Amino acid sequence: MIAEAFAKAPGRAALMPYLMGGFPTIEASVEIGLACAENGADLLELGIPYSDPLADGPVIHDAGTRALAAGATTGAVLEVAGRLAQRIPVVVMCYANLVYARGVEAFAAELSERGVAGMIIPDLPFEEGPDFLAACDAHGIALVPLVAPTTPDARLAAIGERARGFLYTVSVTGITGERTGLAQGLDGVIARAKAHTDVPVALGFGISTAEDAAAAAAAGADGVIVGSRLVRAAAEAHGDPAAAVGAVVRELSAGLTR
Amino acid sequence: MNAPVAHRFGPYGGQYVPETLMPALAELEAAWCAARDDDGYRAELDLLLNTYVGRPSPLYRARRLSDEAGHPVYLKREDLNHTGAHKINNALGQVLLALRMGKTRIIAETGAGQHGVATATACALLGVRCVVYMGAEDIRRQRPNVERMGLMGAEVVPVEMGARTLKEAVSAAIRDWVANVGDTHYVIGSAVGPAPFPSIVRDLQRVIGDEARAQVLEAEGRLPRRVIACVGGGSNAIGTFIPFADDAGVELIGVEAAGDGLDSGRHGAPLTVGGRGGVLHGSYSAILQDDEGQILDAHSISAGLDYPGSGPEHAWLRDSGRARYEAITDADALAAFRTVCELEGIIPALESSHAIAWLLANPDPRPDAMDIVCLSGRGDKDLAEVLSQP
Repeated sequence: MIAEAFAKAPGRAALMPYLMGGFPTIEASVEIGLACAENGADLLELGIPYSDPLADGPVIHDAGTRALAAGATTGAVLEVAGRLAQRIPVVVMCYANLVYARGVEAFAAELSERGVAGMIIPDLPFEEGPDFLAACDAHGIALVPLVAPTTPDARLAAIGERARGFLYTVSVTGITGERTGLAQGLDGVIARAKAHTDVPVALGFGISTAEDAAAAAAAGADGVIVGSRLVRAAAEAHGDPAAAVGAVVRELSAGLTR
Repeated sequence: MNAPVAHRFGPYGGQYVPETLMPALAELEAAWCAARDDDGYRAELDLLLNTYVGRPSPLYRARRLSDEAGHPVYLKREDLNHTGAHKINNALGQVLLALRMGKTRIIAETGAGQHGVATATACALLGVRCVVYMGAEDIRRQRPNVERMGLMGAEVVPVEMGARTLKEAVSAAIRDWVANVGDTHYVIGSAVGPAPFPSIVRDLQRVIGDEARAQVLEAEGRLPRRVIACVGGGSNAIGTFIPFADDAGVELIGVEAAGDGLDSGRHGAPLTVGGRGGVLHGSYSAILQDDEGQILDAHSISAGLDYPGSGPEHAWLRDSGRARYEAITDADALAAFRTVCELEGIIPALESSHAIAWLLANPDPRPDAMDIVCLSGRGDKDLAEVLSQP
């Protein structure tokens, strides 16, 4: 499912918007996901709100906090995932404790039943992940690992070998959030990731403009992930967050296919 | 090759952190394994502990508390350390380690401010830049410690997320570390976090128990029957317990915060209440969480115990039966605070008052009863809080 989505991306790289499940409401997050699909997204990354998201900056943390306050639960967001998965490949982004709470095996089984393609656990290095990987493999869920600019080559190789679906390559040493001047040094980060894995390499963290996305694609990324910029668009929208997010996705998509 | 650090204590511990930090944890582990067996590092740390901190801290036979309890009670006087608590043992050790690693910037989290003050102190002494994350609510409650950190040149960054207390301060410090991992060392203040932190903090705090064990043998010619310490994350407790862990006749009792009462849901006692383990701040341990795995806010009158997590080694000491964990309410801790003031002329930290309160509520009837309580800090910081209570 994921491999096809990367292969079929019409531009130079697949576009993967991130949205926070249940933000601003459960229904609105479904509409936002569909708007992404209609405006050029090739895959979706759907965040499950968590109280203590260590890898996320203030925009995504705040959206998660507000989603939880509005009553979002893991189960409700997995339902959102299932609805969106009928339209576009969905990868769920979820912190380890939420998976433990439902049970690793049960969580993978539920993703599979709902037609979800993959899962990203940003606080689960591969050393802690054998149970998760086995459960995901058994249920046909791609457990997508992350690599960072700080990851040494030997570690990159170990992670690259275990990668399923795609390799989530963190563009900067830091947490999620918009940044300026991202484009510098992307070539090296991407080339290093590609040299150590057979799956597509998607770049994320800090990509917020069509120029950033184009630069990532030009540097060789097979996919680009845009999160905080879109979550901010949803947060700042007056009345119609889906339309606001859709408009930004359309710009990003144009940046990739130009 | 130096012996590696244990990443797990039974099922607990591990390294649940963003990938960006994994190389830094490996670097830290290697540096610690080298430093802990290095004579130069040990000598420098011991010199500072003796001449700057004031170690060894006394083991004091509490005269009137012993009468009250009906058996000998010894207080391990960590409150007499420079900066007023056991936190300085860890802060000095970790800042020295960071300098060995070539780091030029130190970050820390703090709740009540004791660990922040200890880290700011170590950084002033050793001449390195210091940034302390502190919840905005704690900044309001603990103004004097904020001023102390400022006087020593540390930058105190208010954390405005969530309940704006210790949990959020730890998260903010970890995020800073993710972004600045090249030049920065994170001096974590308790025996929590991803491996190797719980082991490093334990090794640096075990000076408490090593001294206490030797001191009690010197004074009494025998070991105590019970060793008692308060547990938030659990650094003073693990440092006090570990040297007694192989002494089969010595009971180890960790005292958590029951807050408004364990049934109220407003407490800081994850080890006492049990339940499913979970991941918080990089390790798997006993935590306060809801059925979905969302982390719950803790509550305690004592900022140092106001934390929903616990050190992974404590969770294992509990499960293996070597230590047990009970909890004391805000009200009982306040009463014990006043009792220690009146009976001993010592103003204890509210954290340590929990350990004393447990002792007062659980006198030991055995003929050879003898207790050691870790008096982990002094209570000057708590005066406003205590005096504002009805």
